[in-house]
This record gives sequence, C-alpha cells and structure tokens, in this order.
Amino acid sequence: MNYDKYIAKVVAEIPPSGIRKFFDIASEMEDVISLGVGEPDFTTPWNICENAIYAIETGKTHYTSNHGTTALRQEIAAYLNERNALQYDINQIIVTVGASEALDIAFRAVINPGDEVLVPAPSYVSYMPGVKLAGGVAVPVLTVAANAFKYTADVLKSVITPKTKALIMPFPNNPTGGIMTKEELAGIVDVIIENDLLVISDEIYSELTYDGKHVSIATLPGMKERTIVINGFSKAFAMTGWRLGYVAAPLPLTKAMLKIHQYTILCAPSAAQEAGLEALKTERKNGYKQVREMVQQYDHRRRYLFEAFNALGLRCFEPKGAFYMFPDIRLSGLSSDEFCERLVKEKRVACVPGTAFGEGGEGFMRCSYASSMENLKEAIKRITEFLKENGWL
Amino acid sequence: MKNMRNEILDILRDDAKASAKEIASMIGESEAAVAAEIKGLEDEKIILKYKTLINREKINSEYAEGLIEVKVEPQRDLGYDRIAQRIYRFDEVTAVYLMSGTYDLSVHVEASTMKQISEFVFEKLAVMEGVRSTATYFIMRKYKEHGVIFADDDKDERLVISP
Repeated sequence: MNYDKYIAKVVAEIPPSGIRKFFDIASEMEDVISLGVGEPDFTTPWNICENAIYAIETGKTHYTSNHGTTALRQEIAAYLNERNALQYDINQIIVTVGASEALDIAFRAVINPGDEVLVPAPSYVSYMPGVKLAGGVAVPVLTVAANAFKYTADVLKSVITPKTKALIMPFPNNPTGGIMTKEELAGIVDVIIENDLLVISDEIYSELTYDGKHVSIATLPGMKERTIVINGFSKAFAMTGWRLGYVAAPLPLTKAMLKIHQYTILCAPSAAQEAGLEALKTERKNGYKQVREMVQQYDHRRRYLFEAFNALGLRCFEPKGAFYMFPDIRLSGLSSDEFCERLVKEKRVACVPGTAFGEGGEGFMRCSYASSMENLKEAIKRITEFLKENGWL
Repeated sequence: MKNMRNEILDILRDDAKASAKEIASMIGESEAAVAAEIKGLEDEKIILKYKTLINREKINSEYAEGLIEVKVEPQRDLGYDRIAQRIYRFDEVTAVYLMSGTYDLSVHVEASTMKQISEFVFEKLAVMEGVRSTATYFIMRKYKEHGVIFADDDKDERLVISP
C-alpha cells in the first residue's frame, strides 16, 4: 500500500530531524560522552517530586480547568512579576504541556495560510516546522557569530515584507547561547512596532542568564500589548519530563490560544501542575536558592568550556545564556556534519552539528554543558586528541 | 554580588581535587589569584583539610562506626569544653558535637569492630568523670554522607542527544 497519498503534504514536506542520525550513532556506542543533550543534568529537586507524589496519593488525578489550576496560575503570575518584571492577570495565562505546546498554540492562534513568520537562524528545531504546520511561511532571520547571534534592526528590515505577521524572539538562545540586553532589544523595537508585528517570545531559558539578568522584550514600552510570552519549568527547575510550560499574552490572544488548547489538550497533567506549584512556591519563599545554585554551577562549566574551546582554536563567542556553546569548527575544513560524525566515531564525544539548527549553523557545532565537570574535562581531553591526531592543533 | 572566596569554597566543597587552574577558568579569575586565595583560606584555617569520602562497604575489611549520645555534667567556668576535649582526643573518636535537646554531646566513633567500640564506651567513655550516661547506636548501612548518595546507580537517564 502506498501511504504517500495519505500523508498530508505539509507534513511530508518537513525534513527529517538533523539530530536523529547522531542519536542513532551515539545510542549504539558504549562509553560515549554526550555534549548533545538539550536538558539539565540535574534531576528534579526532591521537594517537587515529593509534592507530586503526594498529589497523586490524595487523588489529584482529575482534569483541571483548561487554563490550569488557579493556584498554579497565581504562582506563575507572581513569579513572572518578581523575576521578569511582567504583570499578567491569571486569566491571561494558560498552563501548557511544555513550552512546546505553548509555541504550537501561539502559532496556530495567529497564523493564516501564507502569513510570514520570522524565525531565527540558527535556532531551536521546532520553530520552523511549527510555523509550517500552522500554515505559515517560515522566513529565516540570519544571526551571526560576529554579532553574538543577536537580532539587529537592519537584518529584520531586510526580511520584513507586507506579509510578515510575527517574529519569534528566541533568547536566551538554543543552540548559540546568545542573549539580547535591554539596550539591544530597544534597538529593534521600533522596527517591530512600525511594521505592526506580533512577537512570540520563547523565554524558556530566562533563568539561565549569566553576567546579568534576563530582560523580556514584553517589558519594553509598547511591547507587552504585542507580545506572547512563553516560558516553562523544564530548564529553570530541571523538569523536562514533566512537560509543563505556560503562555501569557494579551487577553484576546490568550482566549484564541485557549480555544486550541481546550480542544486538543484539555489541560496540562494535574500531577505535573502540582509539581510546578511546589517548585514556584518553594523557590519564591527561599529567594530562588535552588535556581541560584544551579545557575552558578552552569556558569562554572560555561567559563571552563569557553576557555578550553578557545585554547583549542575552536573559536566561540562567549555565550551569555542557556547551557550551550557554539564553537566554530571550520579550522578542520570539514562540514559540521562530517566533523561531528568523525568526533563521535573516533573519540566517542557526541555533539550536534550546527546544521541541525537550520541556516547559519554550518561551520559550528552545539555543545551542551549540562553535564558534570568530570564529563566536560574528559570531553575536552578527547576533543584535544581528535584535533591533534588530525593535524588541526 | 559574587564573591570569589565563596565561589572557590563552593567548588572545593564539592571537589577537593579541583586545581587552582581549573577553578580559575571556572570562575573567570587568574590562576595566581585563585592560588593566593586558596592559600589564604588554608592559612586562616577556613579550609582545615582535604579528605576523601570512601564507600567502606566495598572494601573487604572489618569496619564499624557508632554514634553515642552522651549526657555530661557541665563544669563551672569550663562549660562543656573540658569534657568534650577529653573525649575528642581519643583516636577512635571522629566527631564530637554539642547538641541541643535531650542529651549533650554527640560522639561519633570508628573502629575495626563493634566489639572495639563497645569496649571504648564501657572502658573509656562511660566511666569518665563528668559523664552521666551514654547510649550507643551502631551504623548498619550508609545511604548518604556529606551530600553524596552511596548507591551505585548514578546512570544518566537522559537521551544521549536531544534538541
């Protein structure tokens, strides 16, 4: 039976993930050190797990309100206010199945067929397919290492057309580790407002910002009314597997997103919502102690790896957010794909080629430092051998 | 806000073998500055010693550890210090804490066998002048010590590669 005719064209057209191949190679090998992991190496703090277990024991196993529980949304509202200076009413917040779902409902709530959405390149693997699945046209906005992978007004102007409807803000960025400061954001706000664009701001890594604090673009004058803020628990609280995120937006947009959410998801898992409630309550009470300690550890690894890569001639710009380094591997003369494939096969160090993150990724590889110092040191040792044996060092 | 001294202590507390060079790259300071700070911490006796955490269950040798609750008579002018000193000077005593609550001193003892610990208690400790009573507890298994979990399985449960 030929299934091609049954598969929707828009799905068939989405290319397979560039990560899959490396997953297959690395999963079959023993003793691999993986710098390819896009999630914290910390396990979820026990107080959070324990509260979820208690919630299950006491029968909190039913549907919740479509929006998410009131208690959790109140905590989220308080958290966004305290940490990111964002004020939202709880009716403007929807608790989602990870930030991934939040992205999906944001895309589907605003995109009409043919609408153009500006998508950063390189960037997280879901943006492009998400826009396409919603019927939109994903237009890459090239960001470059020389400019620390930030957006600039000029680059945005060069890709905006009358069909451009929205811009994805992906900072702190996966895979580059780039961020944008308040001043840099101010530099692009005029272009956004002049062109009447909506902003979908993915701030999942907001807590993982080094040498300063995360600034949400929604806090700039005139921006809150045109920004959908997306965040979640995965990165800040090491809760990836719980699938818990949220979206906050102007009320009419929240209502539009809620329509999709209520018919496709109904509600985020109730036990996960209880876990998220505990995460926020305890951290707020303790002055964000767990988050601070975690960020300090990431920061130590970040500095270590940054110095080590540059010493090896794998130049990288200093990432100021998330937990990724994006070193330049062009000294090898190989493509990112070849470099990463040989590195994992010859030295059992798994990284992800920059090309997996779309345009602008060629010549780079993504290395996650969500890994113990011990692993990072061993990885650097193996990468050093790899470069020496191939005459690149 | 960040304090180099505290950051160095945070790193060494978790890994006493971290070199000045490594720590320097982790916190963005020069190796010389870090080495000088560590020397200062040692000179000021803030860092007292670098020790190794050992999982004794994996070693085939006799080993016993006990916790003893000790009630004592504090002495005028000296309080608990004198009696604590008399106790902590024994080689088999690994830790002594003055406690709030129903007893006074918590005494941790290590020896090759439980018998040796028992002997220490009734020959040395219980009969000591100023000691009113003792209650001895043997440690049967260690699950976690100094923040480290002893169970073997610290397997990384994450997918090797993820977006």
